[in-house]
Amino acid sequence: MAKLWPFLALLALALLLPLTGNEYWALIATRACIYWVLVAGLNLIVGFAGQLAIGYVALLAIGAYTASVLTAGTVMEPLPAFAALGIAAAAGAVAGVIVGLPALRLRTFYFAMTTLGFATIVTQITLAWQDVTGGGIGIPGPSLPAPMDTAWGFYYFCLGVAVVCTWATANLARSRFGRALIAIRDSEVAAEASGIAKPRLLAMVFLLAGALAAFAGGLFATLQTYITPDAFTFDLSLLFFIAVLIGGRGSILGPLLGTILLTLLPEVAAPLAAWSTFLYAALLLVIVLAIPGGIAALLDRSGRRPLPEDRAIRPQEAALRTLIGERGERAVLSLRGIVLAFGGVRAIDGIDLDLRQGEVHGLIGPNGSGKTTTLNVISGYYQPQEGAMTLAGAELAAGRPAGRAGRGIARTFQTPRMIGEATVLENVTIGATVEGKAGFVEALLSLPRQRAEERVMADRARLALDAVGLGGLAEVRADRLQHSELRFMEIARALMLRPEFLMLDEPAAGLSVEEIKRLGSLIRAISRQGVGVLLVEHHADLIFDICDRVTVLNLGRVLAAGTPAEIRVHKEVVSAYLGA
Amino acid sequence: MLASILASGLAVGAVYALIGITYNTMFSTSRVMSFTAGQLGMLGGVLGSLFILRLGLPMPVGLLATLACCALLGVVTEVVAVRPVLKSLDQHLYVLSTLAVALLIQHATALEWSTEPQPFPRLAGIGAGIWDEKYWLPVAACAVTILGLEYLYRYTLVGRAFVAIAEDNFAARALGLPERNLRMASYALAGAVGALAGFAGGQLLLAFFANGPLLNFYGFIPVALGGLGNNRGAVIGGLLLGLFQQAANFMVGGIFSSVAVFTLFIIVLLARPQGMFGAPAARRV
Repeated sequence: MAKLWPFLALLALALLLPLTGNEYWALIATRACIYWVLVAGLNLIVGFAGQLAIGYVALLAIGAYTASVLTAGTVMEPLPAFAALGIAAAAGAVAGVIVGLPALRLRTFYFAMTTLGFATIVTQITLAWQDVTGGGIGIPGPSLPAPMDTAWGFYYFCLGVAVVCTWATANLARSRFGRALIAIRDSEVAAEASGIAKPRLLAMVFLLAGALAAFAGGLFATLQTYITPDAFTFDLSLLFFIAVLIGGRGSILGPLLGTILLTLLPEVAAPLAAWSTFLYAALLLVIVLAIPGGIAALLDRSGRRPLPEDRAIRPQEAALRTLIGERGERAVLSLRGIVLAFGGVRAIDGIDLDLRQGEVHGLIGPNGSGKTTTLNVISGYYQPQEGAMTLAGAELAAGRPAGRAGRGIARTFQTPRMIGEATVLENVTIGATVEGKAGFVEALLSLPRQRAEERVMADRARLALDAVGLGGLAEVRADRLQHSELRFMEIARALMLRPEFLMLDEPAAGLSVEEIKRLGSLIRAISRQGVGVLLVEHHADLIFDICDRVTVLNLGRVLAAGTPAEIRVHKEVVSAYLGA
Repeated sequence: MLASILASGLAVGAVYALIGITYNTMFSTSRVMSFTAGQLGMLGGVLGSLFILRLGLPMPVGLLATLACCALLGVVTEVVAVRPVLKSLDQHLYVLSTLAVALLIQHATALEWSTEPQPFPRLAGIGAGIWDEKYWLPVAACAVTILGLEYLYRYTLVGRAFVAIAEDNFAARALGLPERNLRMASYALAGAVGALAGFAGGQLLLAFFANGPLLNFYGFIPVALGGLGNNRGAVIGGLLLGLFQQAANFMVGGIFSSVAVFTLFIIVLLARPQGMFGAPAARRV
């Protein structure tokens, strides 16, 4: 790990802090650690999953009040401090999922508003529920047993928690879960096609972030020694949120630095304390407008190194053979009588189609004839009104795009769907997300099975990149690639699944003549390994060169089907589509 | 009790509806939901109190000055926080940039005006009891705004240009409509509508910096429930919300009424994310 040193440097500084002997610094540093425990979890939601949760102070408050109420004994016998902290974390986990659930249905501004509303509600409840929370008067926070009862002892405890949080969220970020979160953020469609189930994944992350936030709340109450609703203002929420954004999306180090910076800012500039929220807001505006990448983008120097100018895409068949292996039995994917209407328009009007493994099946037709629509029906994005699909004899349920990867169906898109801020290697690795066996907790703790799985996946992703001829670009950020390279990267992502069936939506669009030739032989080679390929394309030459069968669509119906030789001389096809 | 529930419910409902219209007016030309909507309402109250009570201007002048200031602020919002992020609308940076501007407005007000609620002047001095002007003024302002907007959108060239931009931005630009100027104009209009909401509701809500986020949230609910850009939905939703909130206020008390409103809002949104009157969005593959 080359990028470990900034973390170690920070840790060394933090460990040496007691040498100053200044207990005021202990207070500030402890606060920074506590904030980071919360921000580390929030970072996964905002920075990785891209969900704009701005009301996270609510979870801090829930944790602080739960821990305080349980140790103060206003409702039941007082509990020991650590038990109270544990229960607070559990309560926070539940609350985190409740706050997060709307994110599954609502987008951006709506979700931001609901978290904001939740924060307001929690503050009002703490004020109103006087018997339990002490209302406006407040309640004493928990006090930890020795040796954590001194300023420095408590500081080391919080530092330890913060280190564990950093380590665990960094583990998660590097695992298939972290990649899947970024995929949801940047390209939900591609995430679905790779079999990433958004609700499950987000629920787990909200659970984790809620628990961390509430645990931080318990520590916060301990640090304050006495809490009132005034301690949980929206300004604090803003600090957490902006710390992530200043740090930069998809980074751990950035938000960590952001948290430290924002905690120190009002201390260093004491006269500005009254204006601190104003400054946070101004900072937010500047960051959004000027450096959307945040600190992480400023630190990332490798991202600005120029790429070689004269790079060419050279697919390697040997790598492809190793990657996919040999298929024994040849299965069939069949469509029977599929009808799909958008309002009054019958986009597909009773299509039958058989895709066989080991063959390239071309789907051609004029614009609007239903080619891509058919592909979307097979991959589950559209739900047909009539008709049935079977894969190797078993039913293939309509709808449910995220279930297709599990059935061995992979696809590419007409406009490449990529995760711009991730490397090419990570983009490709996402293709095999469904094959991950190691669970969420294993990923958090980086247990042996998780590490072994990561190595296997990384090796396979390199193989897939070699197979399509992008081996040299593995570590480059995907948004720096050319259009043609993105098309091949999408194919590599689909191959990563070692699919039974591969569906390509106009893969040759925008490629040069030479690249189309290489694409053709790549597709041929893929099908020779026993993969069934469905090729939607406008380049008639490519279709007739490499397809084993061709189906011609017109106005949502099958106009003709047969071998390329038969289609080429088919009268209606020639007059409707190919031209004389 | 029923009478006072109706009076106060319709009054706050009208304020929420107007804030909803403020959201919609900005959304229609830019496809951006702006966090500044509630702050404009807050400023309507604060500036009204500033001009009339503190500076002693006559009421009509104070009203005009308030509307003008907020219209200007609307334009500034467009230039600073909306235009720069329109290019990448799909990244939703506008959520953050408008939030930042809203917070700047709120905290500047808190620091320069007051952190305590300040009185708002009586404007006309007509009515008492449930017919007090603080109850009927917001309703009247809401009615005037709706009639004015209807006239604008149906019978004037500028209004039709707004509608064209809202309907199909690309086609409108292809027709040669000055899209950028129209967008600025719509932000100015939204500023004035928001200011009117705060001004008319000033005696009810007082001149208080913390009204901003509250109006933001309660003004957003009618928009979310009525469907984005749907003014009719915003008015119906706003009035219903006001009545529901005040009824809950009288019956179970303030805190639980906000919990009830929030819960209801979440449930309705989860059931129909596109709003009660909106159409479901098409798939995007």
